[in-house]
Amino acid sequence: MTMEPKSWGRYPRVSGQKAHPVTWTSEPLPVPPEGGSLLPHGLGRSYGDSCLNAGGSLLTTERLDHFLGFDPATGVLRCESGVTLDGILRLVTNQGWFLPATPGTKFVTVGGAIANDVHGKNHVRVGTFGRHLRRFELVRSDGSRRVCSPEENRDWFEATIGGLGLTGLITWAEIQLRRVSNPFMHQETVAFSNLEGFLKLASESNRDFEYTVAWVDSLARGRHLGRGLFHRANHAPPQFTARQPSPPRLSGLAVPFDFPGLALNRVSVTAFNALHYRMRNQGLMHYEPYFFPLDSVHHWNRIYGSQGFVQFQCVVPPNDAGVAALKGILDRSAHSGMPSFLTVLKTYGDVPSPGWMSFPKAGYSLALDFANRGERTYQLVDALDRLTREAGGRVYPAKDSRMSPESFAAYYPERERFAQYVDPAFSSSFWRRVRGAG
Amino acid sequence: MKKVLVLGATSAIAQATVRLLAARGASLYLVARHAERLEAVAQDARTRGAARVEAETLDLDDFAQHEPLVERATAALGGLDGALLAHGVLGDQERAQRSYGETEKVLRTNFLSAVSLLTPLANRFEAQRAGTLVVISSVAGDRGRQSNYVYGASKGALSVFLQGLRNRLAPAGVAVVTVKPGFVDTPMTAAVKKNALFASPEAVARGLLRAVDTHQDEVYLPDFWRPIMFLIRSIPERVFKRLKL
Repeated sequence: MTMEPKSWGRYPRVSGQKAHPVTWTSEPLPVPPEGGSLLPHGLGRSYGDSCLNAGGSLLTTERLDHFLGFDPATGVLRCESGVTLDGILRLVTNQGWFLPATPGTKFVTVGGAIANDVHGKNHVRVGTFGRHLRRFELVRSDGSRRVCSPEENRDWFEATIGGLGLTGLITWAEIQLRRVSNPFMHQETVAFSNLEGFLKLASESNRDFEYTVAWVDSLARGRHLGRGLFHRANHAPPQFTARQPSPPRLSGLAVPFDFPGLALNRVSVTAFNALHYRMRNQGLMHYEPYFFPLDSVHHWNRIYGSQGFVQFQCVVPPNDAGVAALKGILDRSAHSGMPSFLTVLKTYGDVPSPGWMSFPKAGYSLALDFANRGERTYQLVDALDRLTREAGGRVYPAKDSRMSPESFAAYYPERERFAQYVDPAFSSSFWRRVRGAG
Repeated sequence: MKKVLVLGATSAIAQATVRLLAARGASLYLVARHAERLEAVAQDARTRGAARVEAETLDLDDFAQHEPLVERATAALGGLDGALLAHGVLGDQERAQRSYGETEKVLRTNFLSAVSLLTPLANRFEAQRAGTLVVISSVAGDRGRQSNYVYGASKGALSVFLQGLRNRLAPAGVAVVTVKPGFVDTPMTAAVKKNALFASPEAVARGLLRAVDTHQDEVYLPDFWRPIMFLIRSIPERVFKRLKL
């Protein structure tokens, strides 16, 4: 079956991909097509080309979605790699458990969460998803199967976490969940008037709040550069169970078609930002809208029109050079005439990931997304890439469609060691791009 | 359905139905050919909240095993009040046209094995004066078409058998539900090009249980197939035989 799966950003587009559905963990891997290669593909929520494989095969894992066991006493969950974070949360929250690290969408498979070593708003406290993995099975194109854990096949374990699906197919994984008292979050929002305000709030809040994230007004300049809203939250304590707010009714809301290219212009983004900046709220809310506000609108990526969008997410070190880079990036995008629709600023802690290629490291992470306006957009993103590199930061492959081979080499010092663990039959459009191989 | 025997438990529609039954806390006796796949489905059902899950690896083309299988399932679950027959093959129409062997294989698996299983099940349910038999037939059984009439004949025969069985068991309070899915996106149809008529196994499973809960006799899934098949059945044979369907 040929398919044209796009990544979430719908840029770049690639052709000639074939889907090979994997239904059972015991199935042998297919032989890649002549001159082609294999790449595991979950729900395609990576933004750029790390989930694409031009001219090759995608091992689709939608049906590799069996739960293999859950112990409500210890919170250890075993499941196949196509199980989604949504599926896990639905199974475990009512039994008093929660995912230890959660990205901004629940429509992510466990395999994808490992391959991208995803993280959440609690990175400072708990690190990445990979840190909470107990073990998983890795199947290679030579037919070998390895159970990988910190004790067993440790090198394979560390290469595969954040390994972008290139080390083989993960068939199942075992995750240590974390306890919660109920499905609710207690959160509050505080405004800050510039980047310094954010830094101050971030360091204060990390003491008392597990989850912190800031939304930034991408159009504010000058003394308001980096103004925004700081959201901080904790899981609700047990006493809140008595007066539970009702869980959200899932909106059937969906963006039915591509918006025309002009929908996201300076005026609409200004209006949205001005409105958002005035929003203040505090109190109890269900975990769904807290963690996954965008998931309630299906296909929200369509608001960017058929050309898609380019997301840029970097992390810079927590020093003067890092802060200067944040200012430079915000300033550059505010003056670009191509406003970022959603700009998110987070703090990362120094809890290390087992993954050699894992993206997060201690510092500040900034994510921006730009409607794809062609060359102008690419030049802007390339400039942001350079600013990140100069500051000693790095860019997130899951969100990337532009980083150069030179940047990749600078960002990921373990890449050569990692390359030895890449399955000879596996590749991706991203991997070929950053290896300078077309 | 609280104590359910599921035949062909690793099929996509059966799996989706098992998940819904497990979430309702049912007890399940799952049967399929591949031990490893069956184990994954059984573990999945246990994790999702089934009260009890037993799994047996068996090739349902071995008819001699059918009666003892029903006995074992009943004993293991401490009774039986439901059965889902979801095993079947699509077969290869072209090969079936060339050789009767292929045709017989499709008829054996899709029709005769179902009859062989339904006989002891129907007798048991009739005697206990309760129970629900859910059988997956197909819209393809509503009218023979050149592109897959062997598969269609096996399902058509099954649908007629179920009509009679329903008629016989109604006085005993035993429900017989004929499920007629259209195109379903499953490994069985992996080679078929997908279009808007394809439904997900999950959608079919939800419709199937809705049919059981609301005491329907025969259900088309998704339900847009009912008017479509009505139209297809209404075409006069002298016109129909000229169509390339």
